[in-house]
Amino acid sequence: MDITLHVWRQKNAKSQGKMEVIEGKNISEDSSFLEMLDTVNETLQESGVEPIAFDHDCREGICGMCSLVINGEPHGPEYGTTTCQLHMRSFKNGQHIFIEPWRAKAFPILRDLIVDRGAFDRIQQAGGFVSVNVGSPQDANCIPVPKQDADKAFDAAVCIGCGACVAACKNASPMLFVAAKVSQLSLLPQGKPEREKRVLAMVDQMKAEGFGNCTNQYECEAACPKEISVEHIARMNREYFRAAALEESPKEGHGGE
Amino acid sequence: MNLDAKIPSGPLEEKWEKHKFDMKLINPANRRKYDVIVVGSGLAGASAAATLGGLGYNVSCFCFQDSPRRAHSIAAQGGINAAKNYQGDGDSVHRLFYDTIKGGDFRAREANVHRLAEVSRNIIDQCVAQGVPFARDYGGLLDNRSFGGAQVSRTFYARGQTGQQLLLGAYSALNREISRGTVKMYSRKEMLEVVLVDGKARGIVVRDLVTGEIASHAGHAVILATGGYGNVFYLSTNAKGCNVTATWRAHKKGAGFANPCYTQVHPTCIPVSGDYQSKLTLMSESLRNDGRVWVPKKLGDTRPPDQISEEERDYYLERKYPSFGNLAPRDIASRSAKEACDAGRGVGPGGLGVYLDFADAIKRVGEDAIKKKYGNLFHMYKKITAENPYKSPMRIYPAVHYTMGGLWVDYNLMSNIPGLFVLGEANFSDHGANRLGASALMQGLADGYFVIPYTLPNYFANEKFEKVTNSDQAFKEAEGVVSEGSKKFLSIKGSRSVNSFHKELGKIMWDKCGMARTKAGLEEALVKIPKLRDEFWQNLKVLGGNESLNQSLERAGRVADFLEFGELMCQDALHREESCGGHFRTEHQTEDGEAKRDDGNFCYVGVWENKGVGKKAELHKETLQFENVKLATRSYK
Repeated sequence: MDITLHVWRQKNAKSQGKMEVIEGKNISEDSSFLEMLDTVNETLQESGVEPIAFDHDCREGICGMCSLVINGEPHGPEYGTTTCQLHMRSFKNGQHIFIEPWRAKAFPILRDLIVDRGAFDRIQQAGGFVSVNVGSPQDANCIPVPKQDADKAFDAAVCIGCGACVAACKNASPMLFVAAKVSQLSLLPQGKPEREKRVLAMVDQMKAEGFGNCTNQYECEAACPKEISVEHIARMNREYFRAAALEESPKEGHGGE
Repeated sequence: MNLDAKIPSGPLEEKWEKHKFDMKLINPANRRKYDVIVVGSGLAGASAAATLGGLGYNVSCFCFQDSPRRAHSIAAQGGINAAKNYQGDGDSVHRLFYDTIKGGDFRAREANVHRLAEVSRNIIDQCVAQGVPFARDYGGLLDNRSFGGAQVSRTFYARGQTGQQLLLGAYSALNREISRGTVKMYSRKEMLEVVLVDGKARGIVVRDLVTGEIASHAGHAVILATGGYGNVFYLSTNAKGCNVTATWRAHKKGAGFANPCYTQVHPTCIPVSGDYQSKLTLMSESLRNDGRVWVPKKLGDTRPPDQISEEERDYYLERKYPSFGNLAPRDIASRSAKEACDAGRGVGPGGLGVYLDFADAIKRVGEDAIKKKYGNLFHMYKKITAENPYKSPMRIYPAVHYTMGGLWVDYNLMSNIPGLFVLGEANFSDHGANRLGASALMQGLADGYFVIPYTLPNYFANEKFEKVTNSDQAFKEAEGVVSEGSKKFLSIKGSRSVNSFHKELGKIMWDKCGMARTKAGLEEALVKIPKLRDEFWQNLKVLGGNESLNQSLERAGRVADFLEFGELMCQDALHREESCGGHFRTEHQTEDGEAKRDDGNFCYVGVWENKGVGKKAELHKETLQFENVKLATRSYK
């Protein structure tokens, strides 16, 4: 199939970017979206044009490295699918396809379609863990977890940290991402001791990174390639209010030690 | 080359306990004076960095991805083995040890493997304490499934994404240490040189993949946890970024490369569909718990599967290996698939595929139960092939998946270069010639959580360290080499892309050094690879510059290393005149087509010393001693 791409090209973080038109010829409809870009890049290089830079790694939908807003939708038109798992059979011969990076103040563009998602790591560092030293914890079966809690925690734990929730949100809110970790750990007995501290610190960090807040449009859920439910945002909000109410001296600096 | 494995004395079961006591410790107050460099943030690297940081060492951790959470451990699907015997089905540390030695076709070190089996139990405890959501049964306790090469259920799992959950556990432990300031994380940095001072590994040189800036980092030890080299085949189940660069550059600095020819070809992957293909996708081995592998009995039978009756099907694994059936180990299942396809009984386009059929299981337990167990895998299969595996059988074919070879390490996981430690898939130590399913996650975490935190302090306590900083001459020289390398790639200005060279190399490797290898084929590859490498250095085309994000330039460095490494792999495969595990030499097989080992001549680890590009590497041997198991012909019948 032949397609016409409109691709965001930007030299580096400081330079001005723009959409460029690039033709894609003889693309197999069985190829993935990223394989289509590989093919286009080979052609570009032959004609002396620098290839389109885009993030990718595992190409099986689990590492969370690939991104791309395709025709206005993060990870493209297929529900519950990362860009690397999107195939060209989802497009038509002759179609115009618009490809842009994630757009959010907290995700600065590094080049073309590549953005810096370091803010996500910093949110996790603020409290997305259970403080346990490596050594000799108790036998694993000493912590029974009711199956329904374990399953629910798992539904949140599948987050791949790709950032589609941010890209889909008009407020550039990462609430679904933050909630996935908060929800997972608040559902499990292992997460209970740090439950209040965690949610306050992660939400603080989210704000400090310049992300917006949630206004219940559910665009994130629709874009999430792992189909994580906004129910987890609701749980995080409950956790947050509970923690804020329980906090003895409400002032800045909940995080850290 | 000194290849003293430093295996502790005493009975097998007591070696590790005894060694832990014999090793020296570092006082908590002194730990922060030691700088540790960890390269790689997968299961082995993240767990090592987090644990050493937790102990109080001053750790720097590097990864080439945008976040440590992206490392390819994340893609592991099926599970992690541990000798917990929660199912009461006869498992024990000794049985896991024995299964692993046998699965590896008696080409691994007994003491290492036994230690691995011992600490396997601690890993599960540790991960559960971190909040890793393993599968549980209705009583709230941990569930298990079965994997290839074992007759017990010892595999812990988290749906079909166990690697993801374990890596996110290690990543969260790493995040805790980053927040406490004991680990400094460097993302989008690629290690391009190991720096030696007075013969010891004292630092690394990295290139910032966003700005192109080259920087040195000095330390008291360097830990490489940089994964395997499966991408030498171009098409593999590895992530696109996986490469041999870190270990290869350490090898060129003197580290011995052990058993490079031991490659694991995984039997259940989605078949290749066209030229544009950039990677192959694994369908977890766990599917073989419920899926039955078959091909039509008739040659060239192109009827759809539902029109082929039971009598006309050959469930060849069940037929050939009745006691293990569809759960035969990977090397055996892969070769059997190749055999069936070579005989003209393959299915799908090009006849390069076999069926993995769930119809019986769905009839037995219902579609819902199958969906609960393997939902994400079925979903992925459907995405890629546009076929519905609930209705018609999956088509699968073997693909390169894991590499058992790697840098040589002693019992303490230190290479022959003092201060250079190698963990996880990057080392050679625990899987012999074939790795059993669900053992890679086990080894990565064993090395990082439970081995290096004991052996590294012992190295520190026994060494005297000169003061070294990253502005010393050795670092400046290494930086010069790295920056010259980048300039060289950009100055060739030829006409072929990096990718085209990588593809061509991959084809040579797959044809001549893949599932079945012959003397003639390997000799041919050894002529073709240097020729391709010469062309690479004369005709490569890399656009753009060095001072910016330049993905073609990054790949050029990795492919250049693969073009050297591929030659060593073929050389190793050519010299090993036997078949064992993932190394199958057509000349050496039994009458019924099984691998035929030669214990008299090849019961050793083949360790290669680099002599320069285009020069034949020198072979050194570490003889394997088997004191606790009897070398036997592997049988899964």
